[in-house]
Formats: sequence, structure tokens, C-alpha cells
Amino acid sequence: MSGLRRRLRPLLVPVLAVLSAFVVGSLFLMLSDLKHLAMIPTDPIGALTGAMGDVINAYRALLLGAFGDPAKFALAFEQGTPKAWTTALRPISETLVAATPLMFTGLAIAVSFRTSVFNIGGDGQFVLGALGASIVALALRDLPAPITLVGALAGGVLFGALWGFVPGFLKARTGAHEVITTIMLNYVALQIVQLALRTDFLRQSTNSQPISKVLDFVRVPLLIPLPGLRLHWGFIAALVVAALISWFLFKTTKGFELRSAGQNLTAARYAGMSAGGSIILAMVVSGALAGLGGAFQVMGSVTQMSNDVNSGYGWTAIALALLGGTRPGGVVAAALLFGALNNGGHGMQVATSIPLDLLVFIQALVIMFVAAPDLVRKIYRLRPPKPEVAATATEGASA
Amino acid sequence: MRLELREITKQFPGVLANDRISISADRGKVLGLLGENGAGKTTLMNILSGLYRPDSGEILIDGQARTFTDPADAIKAGIGMVHQHFMLVPVFDVVASVALGAEPVKGFLGTFDRASARKRVVELSTQYGLDVDPGARIEDLPVGVRQRVEILKALYRKSDILVLDEPSAVLTPGETEELFEIIRGLAAGGTTVIFITHKLNEVLEVADTITVLRRGRVAGTVLPRETTRAELANLMVGRDVELTVSRAPAKPREVVLDLVDLAVRDDRGGLAVRGINLQVHAGEIVAVAGVQGNGQTELVEAITGLRRVDSGSLTVGGEVVQNATPRHVSDMGVAHIPEDRSRDGLIANMTVAENYILDSYHRSPYSSGVRLNRKAIAEEASKGVREFDIRTPSVETHVGALSGGNQQKVIVAREFSRPVKLVVAAQPTRGLDVGSIEYIHRRIIEQRDAGAAILIVSTELDEVLALGDRVAVMYAGQIVGVLSSEQATKEAVGMLMGGVH
Repeated sequence: MSGLRRRLRPLLVPVLAVLSAFVVGSLFLMLSDLKHLAMIPTDPIGALTGAMGDVINAYRALLLGAFGDPAKFALAFEQGTPKAWTTALRPISETLVAATPLMFTGLAIAVSFRTSVFNIGGDGQFVLGALGASIVALALRDLPAPITLVGALAGGVLFGALWGFVPGFLKARTGAHEVITTIMLNYVALQIVQLALRTDFLRQSTNSQPISKVLDFVRVPLLIPLPGLRLHWGFIAALVVAALISWFLFKTTKGFELRSAGQNLTAARYAGMSAGGSIILAMVVSGALAGLGGAFQVMGSVTQMSNDVNSGYGWTAIALALLGGTRPGGVVAAALLFGALNNGGHGMQVATSIPLDLLVFIQALVIMFVAAPDLVRKIYRLRPPKPEVAATATEGASA
Repeated sequence: MRLELREITKQFPGVLANDRISISADRGKVLGLLGENGAGKTTLMNILSGLYRPDSGEILIDGQARTFTDPADAIKAGIGMVHQHFMLVPVFDVVASVALGAEPVKGFLGTFDRASARKRVVELSTQYGLDVDPGARIEDLPVGVRQRVEILKALYRKSDILVLDEPSAVLTPGETEELFEIIRGLAAGGTTVIFITHKLNEVLEVADTITVLRRGRVAGTVLPRETTRAELANLMVGRDVELTVSRAPAKPREVVLDLVDLAVRDDRGGLAVRGINLQVHAGEIVAVAGVQGNGQTELVEAITGLRRVDSGSLTVGGEVVQNATPRHVSDMGVAHIPEDRSRDGLIANMTVAENYILDSYHRSPYSSGVRLNRKAIAEEASKGVREFDIRTPSVETHVGALSGGNQQKVIVAREFSRPVKLVVAAQPTRGLDVGSIEYIHRRIIEQRDAGAAILIVSTELDEVLALGDRVAVMYAGQIVGVLSSEQATKEAVGMLMGGVH
């Protein structure tokens, strides 16, 4: 196998999984297409072509909604007005805005999975990160904006890290299972946010809902200086963080410890590594990343702290970490895919009146196919990975 | 029944596991199937038991060609398997375990007819001399008796051909003798027995004919009375092998490891090591013999810092090390070859290079504090691979893809890459073939001659006798005898291992 093919091989199953999800999704689209289903007795061929045409239209609308319409790009080039550019760029901008928090939480979960710690608490760490950022921003609002902003982001990291440390410490010291503790701490985090939003310090007094003051006095700078485009530097920060995490895991001494502990805790212990230390470190890093995601969300994409800053990012992150094979690059790609599906789904809903739920369905199918790599391999008749490992393993097990 | 396999070929991706293998065993005869790990023994038996289908070749029973689509077919054809890892339900009694899956039923509802199952179990066990209490629970039985239950299970299903896969791996020498008696009895009663092993002595003792497999092919078929251990080893490995590595007499110097009244608890809180006094000197090998589960695991874990010492004292080179961290112990110059290489010693999904630095990754030249030095790691690992003759495509290959012998060499290379004062090796050659055993024994003796103190823990009598300058026998958490290498005969050590003293 050539070097390039070997490099691309790990991508094969995820790509085919996504493809399969769209194919199966299209079948369900056709089955829910009552108009064409009714035509089957009289005009079966017309029904089929019509239904397929609708599927193609829907997926086309999805793509346009996610990445933008080439026609509008052409128009923008022609006219060159800011307004035309905004129209052309908005879909892709919104896709990246949707992907940004997913990249942070996905990386957070990937780090924990690499260490075989199952951080299910990304949600809690994310909202507390957002809360931490809001509190620091309000406290430092009279300082120069860059200081306020850096302080707010640091606040998010700190709150998230703390919320990761607690279950990590409990597991290392008492063996309390992190799945239970992180799930429970999600609820505690939500209640803390509720409580904080009742205080005069945070609460917007003119609003009856629990929502914070508008934090528009300091914002993460926009990436494209056009009105109406929300894409901010948080997206670039997420890419940088992904590269940093990759470096940390694969090039540093601590990263080596985390990966060793994740692959075989017993062997790591026998080799003199501190199992508890690795667990705590993984949870702290994981929590910090989710917290930073929350901070960027509240300081960049939205401008007010409320419970709505989070829409299940911590949960989706679990799927993303798996979809990306717990590799930072893979997680980024998976987050971009889910961002595109979420954002493109709105476009599809507007254009074709197909409900957004179908996109949730396709996302679920993607996860299902990725979780069952053997199924994908069977469908596409791929060779199983590393046959020589399988052969020696079976011999070794019984010989 | 007469069993014959003709020209069996089985290809796996990248591996020709069986290449035109032909074997045969007559009714009432014992065929010893000898081969190293990876020689194709297990694949062949999986074909015979219906788990795999051969790419070509045929299986003949009493001259008739048979095809098995699944294990049930093979059982129907009279083939019974006794696996190395027992397939028994711990909480069932013997009768239920034997009958499970083939229960006699009675009455309208088809309920389990325990009485008639029990009757058959008792009949079979008296007929073949398989002494078991039919009412005993499996979990209360010693390993040797559990194996008899497995054999009963096969006989209960009317197996005329019995396949035993590495049956002695889990037995004491005494239990192995009893197993051989049972095998002879079964053969005398007309059962055809296929006995799979990599131990030369055993096939010589119990088999009527011996077929040796090497790299998926038949290397030769010989009669025990016409062959020698050396010839069998040569057939297995393809070259002459030194079965007992020669060594000069030990020149013991100062005490390195000193255990005084050492007591250690197991995971459930019971005393596993009950007051051990033992000294290991620089330049000598002390081999601890004993049946698995007599406290050896806990002893090794205590010495290497993995388990707390309950009472007593433990010093290495005069420094107190009880309850030190594993890293502290290894920094003092203690090399540890753990008893289960895949569980304790290696990370299968990481590369040979990464496994090579597993316990020294934090030191120069591998780490600069924060960053790992990939270049130094690759260089040092390549050096280890060359020095220890580790067969691997590259140092970037996942260690799980290597054969057992090469995996063990990775561990030995890693542990001996540091300055070593004391070597603690638990089951250093478990499951390895004769070629690898020879190699690892030689390396251990080299360390001794270079002045290290060596503590070997092994359940293999041959290994204990081959390596030990002194042999300490452990039974029920205590050292029940320490023999010099002249005193340490098979019989003497075997008796102590069984708790007779």
C-alpha cells in the first residue's frame, strides 16, 4: 500500500458511513413522501422519479444552506457590494458558527476517551464555562477590552476545568465512576447557572426570563468584517486548540502517559505511571476545553448568558469524538459535518418543507454506521483492518 | 474411530495457517500434535471442531469424508474438544455442567431429568476412572478436577475422538500425571485422543505417534520410542535448540533482595503471602516454584511496588522499599518481567518503540521534560530490536501484531536496557516456544553473570530446574523449602509444590 493510501485508509469507514446515512435517509424521505406514494398504483415510474427528484432537491437545498449558493457567489463577485457578499457568505459562516462549540466539546470528549475516561459531563462544563466567562466579563467591564476578553476566556477555562477536576478527583481517589458523577454534575451545573442568573450582578433587570445582561461591551472579534456575519475568531481558536491537543497527545511526555493509561491502565501502572494523575489530568483538560467552548459561545456567537447557550453540545460531542476516531483532526472534521447538517437543515426546511427532524435522523444514522464499522465494511466489501493482527491474536489466545 | 485429515489447507489474509496438512490417528491411539505457537495447531483443531472450514482438503472419519458447517456437526460426528480455557459455569454442580446443552428431559413439560443425568455421569466417571464428586460445585473444584469435568462433558456427548488443547498448561506436575493416566485409560477403552502441546516431554510420555507442525506444515511424523527430545525440538523449530541452557555455577556475592517475615494481602483482604524469609544474592538465580495461586503473584507485586506490604520488611540493596511506588522501585535498578505480558507488560495498540520506552519515557534522552524526543526513541528502540533479535517489520509496528515470543523479547529488551541490580521475572516464558525459551533463558543467565540478582517465579518445573541456582517452593503463601540446584529434582520439587513436606 502506498503512503497516501495508508494515510487515507482511516478515513474510508467514516466517509462511507456518512454516504450510507444519506442513502438510507433518502429512502426514508421517499417513504414519507405521501404525494408520490399515492401515485404508485397509477404511475409507478412517475412516482419513483418524482420521489427521487424531491430527494435530490432536498439534499441540494441542504448543501446550499450549509455552504452557500454558487449563483449568489457569482453575483457577489459581479456587484462587489458588502450586502451581496453577506448574502453569499452567510450560509458557510453560520455553518462554521454552528461547528465552533462542537469542535471544542468534541475535542474535550476525545481527550477523555483517549485516556479511557468517559466524560459525559461536557454539557455541564460547557455551561459553567459560559457562566464563568460572563461573570469575569461583567466584573472586568471597565478595564480595556482586550484584558476583559482574555479574562473572560480564562474564566471559562477555569470553571470548566474545575467541573472536570471534581469527577476526575473522585474517580482517582475513591473509584467513583465518572459516568455517574459527570452526568449528575451536569444537573448541578444547570442549577448553578439558574441560581447565578437570579443575582442582580448577572441578571438583566428588564427581562422576566432568567437571562443575563447583554455582554456586547466586549466581543470576540469577527473574522469577516461584514455586518450580518457572526463568524468570529473562536473558530480559528478551535482549530489552533485542535492542533495543540494533537501535539499534546502525541508529542509530549504527559500525552504519552494519558494515551498509555487509556490503552492499558494496568500496563501503565506496572510501568510506574500514576493512574490517578492521568485520570485527573485528562478530566481537567477535558473540562477546560469544554469550558473554553462555552466562553467563546457566550463571548462570540451569542451575547447573553442563559441556559440556552448550550444546545446539547456536550452530548453531541460524544458522537463527534467517536466519529472522529478520537483524533483531533477527525473530531474537527466531524464537528464541521454536524455544523453543516444543522445549519443546512434550516435551509432545507425553508426550501422544501421537509422537517429539521430528518437531519437529526441522518445524524443518528451517521453515528450508527460509524459505531458499527463491521457493518460498513460488509456493505462495501472492505477487507477487515490488519488481518495479521487478527491471525496472531487467535493463535496466541489458544495455542 | 479412525480419524484422518488429508491435505488440509487454510489461508487467512497474509497467513497460510495450514498448508496441505495430513494427520491420522487410529482407534484407541493417542496422537501427539506438537508445534510452536503459530505453527497452525489451533487452526487445524478449529477446522476439526467445525469452527472454520478448510479451503481444501478433507476430514475422514472411519474412512468416510465429512464436512462440518458448525461445531454441532462435529459433536454429532463424535468429536469432543477440551479447550485450554474451560467452558464451565462456576455456580453449577458437576452434573448440571456436564449435561448443559444436552440435558435429558422428562415428563410433559420437558424438565431437566437430573437423576438420569447423574446416573450417566457416575457411570462414565467409574468406567473411565475420572474421579469426581457429581454434586460438587465447579467453583469449589481444583483446576485438575475441572478438567476432568470437561473430559466428562465430551464423553457424555458420546465423543469417540477427544481433542485436548494444551491440557497440561494449568496443571501441577502431579495432576499432569493423573491426566496421562486418564488419557491412557480412555485410549484403552477405544477412544481416539489428539493431544495438542508444545511440551516435548509430554508427547514423548503419552503419545503413540507424534506429528510435528512447523509454520503451517507437517515437519515430520515420528514414533516416541524412535525419537529424542533433541530431534523433536529440531523438527519444531527447524534448527538445533539447546533445551537446557548451559550455565556456569553461580558466584553469589552480597545480598540484594532481602525479605524478612514478609506478609502481603490479596485483593479480597486475605493473607496471600504469610511471612516469607528469603534472600537473593548478586550473581545468583533464585527460582520460586509453585502452583499458580499460592501467593507468588502478590509476592512479586509487593517487591515491585504494586501492592502494599502488610507486615515484615523488604529491602533491595539495603534500602527499604516496602510501599515505595513502582517508579521508585524501577529507578533503583529493579527490572520487572510481569507474569501476563499482554495485560501487565505491554500496550497492544501502541508501537514497539512506545512500548520499549514505557517505563523510561520520562527520562533523558526520551523526554526533555515536556516534549518526547521521537528521534531518540526510534533510535534506541531500533537498537533494542537489533540487540534482542526482535522480529518486527519496524519499530512503528503495533506490538500486538507480533508473536508472543517477540512480544516477550520487547519486554526483556526494555527491562534490560536500564542498569539492573535485581531482576524479578514472573513466568518469563509462559506460552513461548522452545526457540524463544532458549533465548530468554540465555539473556537472564547473562544478567546473572553480569552481577544482577535474579528472582524467577515460575509454575513450569522444567524452567525452575533449568534456571534456579537455588529453588524455593511456595505453597499456601509460604516458602515450604529451599533446595540447592543439586537437591532440586523433579520429584523433590513436585512433592513440595503439592504441599507434601
